Amino acid sequence: MLEGILIGLGTAFSITNILMVVGGCLIGTFIGMLPGLGPMSIISIMIPVAISLGDPSAALILLAGVYYGAIFGGSTSSILINAPGVASTVASSFDGYPLARAGKAGKALTVAAISSFAGGSIGAILLMIFAPALASVALLFHSAEYFALMVVGLSAIAAFAGSGQVGKALLMTLLGLIMATVGEGALFNMPRFTGGIQDLQSGFGFITLAMAMFAMPEAIFLVLDPSRSGGEDGKSQEIKELRITKAEAKSIAPVIGRQSIQGFLIGVLPGAGATIASFLGYAVERNIAPKDEQEQFGKGSIKGLAAPESANNAACTGSFVPLLTLGIPGSGTTAILLGALIALNVSPGPRLMIDNPSIFWAVIISMYLGNLILLILNLPLIPYIAKVLSVPRNYLIPFILFFTLMGAYIGQNNATELLLLTGMGVVATILRFADYPLAPALIGFILGSMLEDNFARSMQLADGIGFIFDRPMTLGLLVLAVILVILPSYRARRAKARAEGVADGD
Amino acid sequence: MALDRVIALIFLLICVVYGYNAYFVMDELLPPFMRNNPIWPSTFPKVLSALGILVSLTIVLGIEKSNHTAEVAEINYRKLTEYKLGQAISLLLLMVFYAFALRPIGFLVSTTVFLVAGSAILGERRWGIMIIVSVIAAGFVWYLVDQVLGIFMRPLPWFLS
Repeated sequence: MLEGILIGLGTAFSITNILMVVGGCLIGTFIGMLPGLGPMSIISIMIPVAISLGDPSAALILLAGVYYGAIFGGSTSSILINAPGVASTVASSFDGYPLARAGKAGKALTVAAISSFAGGSIGAILLMIFAPALASVALLFHSAEYFALMVVGLSAIAAFAGSGQVGKALLMTLLGLIMATVGEGALFNMPRFTGGIQDLQSGFGFITLAMAMFAMPEAIFLVLDPSRSGGEDGKSQEIKELRITKAEAKSIAPVIGRQSIQGFLIGVLPGAGATIASFLGYAVERNIAPKDEQEQFGKGSIKGLAAPESANNAACTGSFVPLLTLGIPGSGTTAILLGALIALNVSPGPRLMIDNPSIFWAVIISMYLGNLILLILNLPLIPYIAKVLSVPRNYLIPFILFFTLMGAYIGQNNATELLLLTGMGVVATILRFADYPLAPALIGFILGSMLEDNFARSMQLADGIGFIFDRPMTLGLLVLAVILVILPSYRARRAKARAEGVADGD
Repeated sequence: MALDRVIALIFLLICVVYGYNAYFVMDELLPPFMRNNPIWPSTFPKVLSALGILVSLTIVLGIEKSNHTAEVAEINYRKLTEYKLGQAISLLLLMVFYAFALRPIGFLVSTTVFLVAGSAILGERRWGIMIIVSVIAAGFVWYLVDQVLGIFMRPLPWFLS
C-alpha cells in the first residue's frame, strides 16, 4: 500500500496533473454554479477534452477535479439565490439561503467551503483505508458473481428511488438495458435491433444519451419556468461577515465529523449517492440536536448547513469505491466517469489496483489535492464567485443547449446524432414530467453491455442457466436483489395499511 | 389516465415489439454453428423483454401503492400551456435547424446564428451585444475543438471552403 501511495504521489504531483486538478476545480466550480449544469452535465461536457488528453490518470484527475468543483459550485448557487443547480445541494439551501438572506452570505459560504473540505478529505482517508480491502474481496468474484453483483447494484438503484417510485426506477433501468442491446456488440458480431438504420450500427452514443437525459430536460425546464433560474432574485447580494467565530467552529466540528463518515458510507452503496447522503445527514443532525438548536434548523442554522455539505462531499468520494474497485458506478456521475475510463482503455475493477496502480493511487492522492485547492481557491474568490450568477438567462440557456449539441457532435462527429439528441431530449423531458427518474436509465445503459458479457460468459462456462445455482454467492446475491426490489413497496404497503387502521401490530 | 401510466403503456408496447423480435425474428438469422452455443444473441433481450413487460404492467395496473407527493418546484405538465411552451418548442426547432445546417453552412455561421436566435427567442433584444458574444463564443469553441483538440469541423459555408 505504501509503495502504491508513493507511486500515486509521484503521478499526482507532476506539473500537468496539478494543472489538471486546478483547472478541473475551477471549471467545475464556475460551471457548477450555473443552475441547470450539475456535475453530470459538466463531466459529460468535459469528457471529450479528457479523452483527448490520452493519459488516463490525467483524464481521471481532471474529471475528479471537475466533480468536486461542481458539487461546491452547486452549493454556492443554492446558498446565494436558493437555486440549487445540483440535486445533492438542495439540502444546503434549507439553511444556507436563510443565512444569506440574513446578510451572512459570506459566513454561509465559508461554512460550506470548510465543511466540503473536511467531508472530502475524511472521505479520501476512508477510501484509502477501505478500498484495497474491498478490492481484495472483489478478486474472489467470478463472472457469475459479477453478473449477480451488477443485478444487485441495478436493483439497489431502483430500491433507493423512494416509495412509490421503485417500479418507475426499475422500468427506467430496463429501458437503459434495452437501449444497450441496440447495435453491433463485440459478443456476437451481428447487428441487433438496428431496424436497418446505418447510424444505429454502433449503438446509441453514450454522451448523446447523457446530454439528452440530464442537461436538456433541465434547460427545457428553465425555459418553461423562468422563476426556476432565480431570475427575480438575481440581484447581486451584499456579502459580509466572512469569518466564523470560535464558538461556531466548535459547534459544527462534531457535525462535520459524524456526517463525513456517514456520508462516505452512504456514498459507497450503489445508487444512494450524494443526494441521499445530504438529505439523510440533514435529517440526522436535526434529530440529534438539542431542543433549542433544533428550532433553528431551517431558519439559518450553521449546523444545518454544515451537515449536508460535509455529507455530500464525503459521499462523492465514497462513490469512487465501487467505481474503482468493482467497476460498478453507484451514481449517474460515476457512471459517466466509468464511460470515460472505458473510452480511455482502462477497465476499472479489482484488477485496476494491480494492473494500473499509478492510476488508482494518483486519483486518491489527487482527491486530497483537489479538496485543498478547492478551499484555497474558494475562500478568497467567494465575493467574486457570486457575480457569475448574474449571467442573464437569455444568454445562459442558448449556451447550455449549444454545449449539449457540441458534446454530442464531438463524440460521434455525425450530424444525425444531433437529431437523435434533440429527440431523446424531448422524450427525457416528458419522462421527467411524469416523475420518472432518469439516472437509472443511464446507469442501465452503461452497465448493459457488461452485464450481458458476464451473463454470456457464465452461461458458456456452465453450459446453461445452471450457473445461478453453482455457487452459493451468486444465488445469494440474486436473492438479495429480489428482496431489495420487493422490500420498499412491501413496507410502503404495510405502512399504509397500518395508517388506515386495517392492520395493527407488527 | 395519468401521464406516468400512459408512458408505462407505451413502454409495454415497445417491450412487446422488442420481445417479438427477440423471440421470433432474430433466431432465424443465426448461422447453424452458433446454435450449439448455450447463449444466443437473443437470449439476453428475451429476458429483458419479459421483465420489461412485467414491470410496465405493474405500473399500468397501478399495483405499487404510491404515497409519493409531487416534488417541489417541478413543472406541472397538466398546466403546460401556462408555461413558456412556445419558447421551448422554438428552441427545439432551432436545434433541429442547427443539426441540418451544421455541415453545409459551416460551424462558425451556424453557431452564431444559433446563439443569436436562441437569445432572441428568449426575449433578448440587445442585438449588438448578442452578436458580439455569439461570434466570440463560436470562434473560441471552434478554435478549441478544431485547432487544439484536432477534431475537424468545417468552419465556413460550402462555397468558401
